[in-house]
This record gives sequence, structure tokens and C-alpha cells, in this order.
Amino acid sequence: MASLTLKINNQDRTIDVDPKMPLLWAIRDAVGLTGTKYGCGIAQCGACTVHLEGQPVRSCSIPVSAVAGKNITTIEGLSEGNSHPIQQAWILEQVPQCGYCQSGQIMAAAALIKRNPNPADKDIDTAMQGHICRCGTYPRIRKAIKTAAQLATQKASVK
Amino acid sequence: METKPISRRNFIKLSGVTGAALTLGFYFPAAGKEAEIIKAETAENLGIELNAFISIDPSGKVTIVNHRSEMGQGAFQTVPQIIAEELEVDMNNINIVFGSGNAKRYGSQLTGGSSTVRGAYKHLLKVGASAREMLIEAGAKKWNVSKTECFAENGQVIHKPSNRKFHYGELVQEAARLTPPKDVTIKKPEDYKILRKPLPRQDTPLKTNGTAIFGLDKKLPGMLYAVVERNPRFMGKVKSFDDTETKKVAGVKHVIPVKMSVFATTREGVAVVADSLWAAMQGRKALKVEWDDTGFEHVSTEDLYSRMRNDLENKEGISYKTKGNAATALTKAEKKLDAVYETPYESHSCMEPLNCTAHYKEDGTCEVWGPIQAPDWLQDLLSPLLDIPAEKITVNMTFLGGGFGRKAFMDYPHEAAVISKAVKAPVQVVWTREDDTTQGPFRPGMVYRCAAGLTKNGNISAFKFKMAGQDMDHQWHGASKDSYNGSTTEGFPEPYFNSIPHYSFADIPLDTPTIPVMWWRSVYASTNGFAFESFMDELAHEAGKDPLDFRREHLGDERYNLLIDKLEEVSGWKNRKKNEGYGVAITECFSSIVGEVTKVSKKPDGKIKIDKVWAVMDCGWYVNPDIIRAQVEGSIVMALGAATKHATHFKEGKAVEKNFDTYKMPRITDVPDIEVHIMNNDEKAGGVGEPGLPPFTPALTNAIFDLTAKRIRKLPFSLDEV
Repeated sequence: MASLTLKINNQDRTIDVDPKMPLLWAIRDAVGLTGTKYGCGIAQCGACTVHLEGQPVRSCSIPVSAVAGKNITTIEGLSEGNSHPIQQAWILEQVPQCGYCQSGQIMAAAALIKRNPNPADKDIDTAMQGHICRCGTYPRIRKAIKTAAQLATQKASVK
Repeated sequence: METKPISRRNFIKLSGVTGAALTLGFYFPAAGKEAEIIKAETAENLGIELNAFISIDPSGKVTIVNHRSEMGQGAFQTVPQIIAEELEVDMNNINIVFGSGNAKRYGSQLTGGSSTVRGAYKHLLKVGASAREMLIEAGAKKWNVSKTECFAENGQVIHKPSNRKFHYGELVQEAARLTPPKDVTIKKPEDYKILRKPLPRQDTPLKTNGTAIFGLDKKLPGMLYAVVERNPRFMGKVKSFDDTETKKVAGVKHVIPVKMSVFATTREGVAVVADSLWAAMQGRKALKVEWDDTGFEHVSTEDLYSRMRNDLENKEGISYKTKGNAATALTKAEKKLDAVYETPYESHSCMEPLNCTAHYKEDGTCEVWGPIQAPDWLQDLLSPLLDIPAEKITVNMTFLGGGFGRKAFMDYPHEAAVISKAVKAPVQVVWTREDDTTQGPFRPGMVYRCAAGLTKNGNISAFKFKMAGQDMDHQWHGASKDSYNGSTTEGFPEPYFNSIPHYSFADIPLDTPTIPVMWWRSVYASTNGFAFESFMDELAHEAGKDPLDFRREHLGDERYNLLIDKLEEVSGWKNRKKNEGYGVAITECFSSIVGEVTKVSKKPDGKIKIDKVWAVMDCGWYVNPDIIRAQVEGSIVMALGAATKHATHFKEGKAVEKNFDTYKMPRITDVPDIEVHIMNNDEKAGGVGEPGLPPFTPALTNAIFDLTAKRIRKLPFSLDEV
């Protein structure tokens, strides 16, 4: 066991855990933020996606000791009040069904539109193909990412 | 639910919910008979079929109970949307809460068989309308006017002549003392304000910011986590185990053998219980278990399928439904066709792996939280296991991260409850993805033999259908192995039974208790549909007829004709271009009819590409068109996976595929454009969550035949290798 300080959603959280514990379980069970989900444990489904220094990563496959002190953002820290354009678009397009994979999908999509404000279909394919949705919300995910890109542009022009 | 002799009663409950709040509960007997007030405390013993629950606090805030599981299909929205229409409240101003397990209060809570809306909508409409009428009556009394001068709108009762208003909170106390009306008038569809509107789901914002609580997110003070090493051969026993290394893992508290019923068999395993899930997982890795796998067969996929194929070759099976004499008529037919279709075993693979939290308490009560499709069933299951009355078991609902039928099977809550009782602490049992993928129960893989004869004019003169595969009902203790499978025709459009002069439907059960099987979205229709609708396409081709026309001729039913016309129109069926393959399939299950057309073409490298799917759903009376569209889209994607991506295989009694690296799911890159249309008619409500699944696969393979002249009769197949 080791005492580690995680910088999650701009807050320092000190936890006492096995340093080999995957970041996923540290976030869910030690820190207590349950929006990040367990889906496969082998980086195949994307349900556990969080941002590490702004990049989408699979938290199920990163030991917690490797990320101490680095900036981690989970779904809970993406925005206040569902205000991120991706969240807004997800609501507008009514993407979620069961919703279990959506935290991971949203984190991946948010990283995509940050680096590529106007993604084409093939960019969406590349960014999102690591994410499984058993409910089959894929057509709406694609549509919502395009809607989010528009929302982000509108928001920028208003500013 | 049975209706017992005292069922001709309704029930009004007046009690504090959160101090000031008043609860207005409505208990409707199954047949909607006359109402009569009874006391709250006796309601539990009524045994009548009940439906919904409304509470209104003094500020006017309305809370509506969703009594069904929310696993993605939208009950959390549709149940309240039905009630809110008649109650005259705005969906954006209400609270929605889950009802805990209590079939006496709500009626059946089994969320399966696409039953939520079709099973309860008439009662739910009355629940809303009755409450509205009582609130109106209460308002009229307060104003001392005739209730005919009053109406309800947007959470208020309004006196029309004077335009005076009371909000519902000002009337609920008075209303709750009134006798519920014996008859209430239900609105006509043309007067609906919110029904049939694509209102956004109330659970969506919870699912975009991580606040929706799924079973796996449940935390309790002092809760321990358990993982279970289960025998990978489903009937094997624990011979011995060595937990020396396990107990060295920091955080591991208990290592205990567990047994649980899986139908008529028992699954054995060893539970590792720890203060964190990670510690439990590490402890399990260090555990050494020796299994006793004697006394039962260790089957492999090849054995199972060769047995089914042999059965179809050599046995007539157990007759389910016949007309005339199909065998004789076949011998006299002008043209004959005979084909065998194979479908695989599948895992449900909900994105939220199975898990359940249970707290067996010293006072002889038990509380459960989890992703559960049938909370009322769970009470009945746990009662004898824990030796406590069902009403002392509280089953709290969480959101379900997928269900698809798997979460109506109660082995995982069973584990949680018995482990909690053994370790005297609240326990969350978590199945890893590998546990979830390998332990079943699976969708049974089925093999079909279809034979038919055609007349000179290309009409079906005889139809002989045989289905070989495991019968889910045969798995239970004491089940007769000779009983027919009542789902042999599931998915088959009903009007064919009129137009086909001679038919027979039979099944040949595959008896192998070593592989547990269970409902998987759309159940037998998920595989039957492939056989039925592939074969119809083969027959149309043999008859030299357009597949849509062939179906029109044989269905000869107004409702079907309208659906086929719509499908023809939206898909551009008649204007198809060269180098495009079009395929159609139509199935009927859970009281809904769905037709789908798939369009395929070849990519520059010659591989098959799915360009588009058009679906027409006829589910009769409906609630929310956007939810219906979403369910059909999702059904198509799930069917696409089972048709072209994944299957569960068995080798020497063990499931081969363990995780998403080998059990490959459809990805965003695999999914075509999907366009869903909904028929508008006056038919009764049908199911929505499942009926869109069966027609997709045959529509796809029929389209591939149209393009390439290759018949695909075995699933799954690779689109890259057609």
C-alpha cells in the first residue's frame, strides 16, 4: 500500500492504495467518483476513458502510481451542469440508452473536438472506434459529435 | 398476476412521504372493475393486479413511480409519460422515482418480453385520469361549484367561468379523501398533448455527466467486495481449494465456497471477499481451486451442432402447430425447396457486467440493490434461500447498464445475498467481464430445417418447419423433456397461418444441461426470424417473384399491406440501381410487426458494404417516437453483431470467448445509416425493445443474395469473406 496524491478534476485527492491498482479502481473505489465505468479491464471497450493531461486514456490499464501528480479529468469534471458542447449535443440528439458506456464515449468525443473542432466522418471513426456501445447508439454518437462541433462554433462566435 | 376474489377494489392511501408530502396511490384490479376504498395497511394482502403510483406534495410537485427496470429501453420515460398525459402535468416539472420490488403494489415488474407499455398502458392511462378527476372534484368542492365547470391543465385545476385556479398541491389532501371514480374517460389520441411526442428522456442528463447510479456504483458503509472463481464447466464441483496465497493479499477478509442454483443444476465456486474490489480480484488470482468435473458431458460446439443437424435429418420432433398435412402436400408440390439454417450461441454482454449488492441484516431482513430486470421475482427467489418472508426482502432498483434478458436471471443476486449472510456484512458481488462472457446463461444456438412446396403459380402449398436446439423451459426442475417449445413460431407473421394450406411446426429439443441458456433480446425470434425470412426469400426467388410482392400475396392482410407499402416507398425498392443489392424481411413478435430493408453494395476491394437500413415499425398504440426509433436502431446494431461479428463457442465444456478481444462487438465503423419509420394506426400497443431485431439479419443476407447470388445460411459470417 502507498499514499498517493491524485490530481482529479482540479482537486488533490490523497488515497492509500496498492500502487499497482489500475487508475480505474482508484477513481471509482478509493476516490469515489463512479461516473467512470468498468467494461472489460483490457482496454478493449473504452468505458473507463478519462483525460490524462487532456488526452483520452484507458484508466483500466494504467497503474495508479504512474499518474500521481498528473492532471486527470473524469466525466464529473468535464463541465459544470452538463454545459460542455458534447454533453449538450448528447442531450439534444438523445444519444444514451442504458448510458453505461456514455461517460467513456463523451470523454473520447470531447477530446476529439478539442483537437479537431470540425471532425469529418473518418476522424470520428478513428477517435470513436475503440468504444463499444451494446445498445447500439453509434448512429446518434456520430450525429451528436457533428452537432457538438456546430454548438462549439456558435458558442465561440457569440464570445 | 392472478386476480383473487377480493380484487374488485381500489385503494387510496393517505400517508406522509417526506413529512409534508401526501401520497395518492391507486390500485387497479386487472379487469378495471369498480372502485372501493380500503385501508392502506391491508393493501399488501390483496393480491390484485396493480399498476402505478402518484404522489403530490403541498407545493404541487408531482412524483411518478416507474415500476419497471430502466435498462436503456426507456421505461423511466415512457411509464411517467403515459401517466402524465392523463394527469395533465408537464414532464419537465415532475420527479420520477423507481419503485422497489412489490408486485402487489405495481403488478408484475418483470421487465422482459417487451411488456412494459403493451402490458400496462391502459391501466397507466386510468391511473393518471383517475387522479386528475379526483383533483378536479376536490377543486370543485372547494369552490362549491359543479365539477363540470372545471378542468385540469398543467398541474392546476381551473374553474372555467371564473378562471380561478388551484395547483395540485392545494388539492391533494382533499382529493386523497375522495372515492376514486368508477369509470374515467380516457383521451382520444387526437387530443394527446404529450403522448406520441418525441419528448427528451428525463434520464438523459444523468447519463451525460456520470450521475446516473448503476448497480456497480452502489456504495454502502462497511461494504465488502466479492469476486467468485466459478467452475468454467458449468456443472463441475469444487473438489478442494488452497487459499494460502489469497489470504496474504492485503484487504482479503474471507474465502468461502459458494453454491447457487442455475435452473436444475448447481454451479459451484469459491468467493474471495475483500475490503476493495481490486484486493478481491488479486486474491482470486492467487487462489488455487481443484475442480471435480466428472459425471457430466464436456460438450464442444461441433458436437452440439452435429447433434442438432442429425436430429433434423432423422427426427420429426415434437409437433407444435399443424394444419392439413404438410408432408403429403410436399410430395405433390410442383416445386420443392429444402434448406438448413444455423445460428450461434451468444453471450448477452451487457456493458455493465453482472453485479449485485446485498445486505443481510441481523434482524432477519435483507436489502438488495442492483441492476435487476425482475425485482419481484428476486423477492420470491431469495425468500426460501434466506429463510425469511418475501416482504422482508427489499429490492431497490438502480439503472441497468443493459439487460437484454440476462438480468432477469437471478444467480448473481443469489450470490450476493448468500455471501452477505455468510460474512455478516453488506457485500457487492462483481462479475468481471470474463465471468460475464463465459458463465452464461447464453442465447441458445439453433438449427432449422425448412421445407416447402410451391404451386405452378408460385404460391406456397406446404410449409414444414423444424427447429433443433435447447428448450429454455426444459431446464427447470421437474420440467417434462417431451413438452413442445411454445416459441417455435415466434417471429412468424400470423397471416401466413391463414394463407398456407398445409403446414407443420415442430421442435427437436437438444438435451444438454451442461450449457445453461436464457432469453436474449427477442428470444427465439432472434434466431427463428433468420430461418423464416431467409426461406421466404428463397421461395420468392424460386417462384420467380419480387420478394415484396411474394409477401403481399401470402400475407394478404391490410395491416401488413400498409407496412409493405411504406417499406417499398421509403426504401426506394422499385428504383434500385444496378450494383445494389436489396433485401427485405418482416417478422412479428411481442405483438409488433417490423419490416426492414437493407441495401448493400461492393466496396472497391470487392468486399460487401451495408449502405443503409430502412425499418418500419408497427407497434400499434405508442408513447414516444424517438424512443422507438432508438430501440429499433439499437436492435439492428445488436443483430448486426450476432450476424457478422461474434458468437460463443464451447470447447470441452467451457466457453471459449472470454472478453471483447475475441467476442468482437460491432463498432461505430460497422454501423450503416439507419432510418426508422413508425406506423400510425388504432391497433393495441405492441412491444418496442425487441421486435426490431429479428428482421435485420435476413434482410441483410437476402440483400447479399440479391447482389451476389450467394445464400448465407449459417451465422455468424464475415462481411469481408462473402
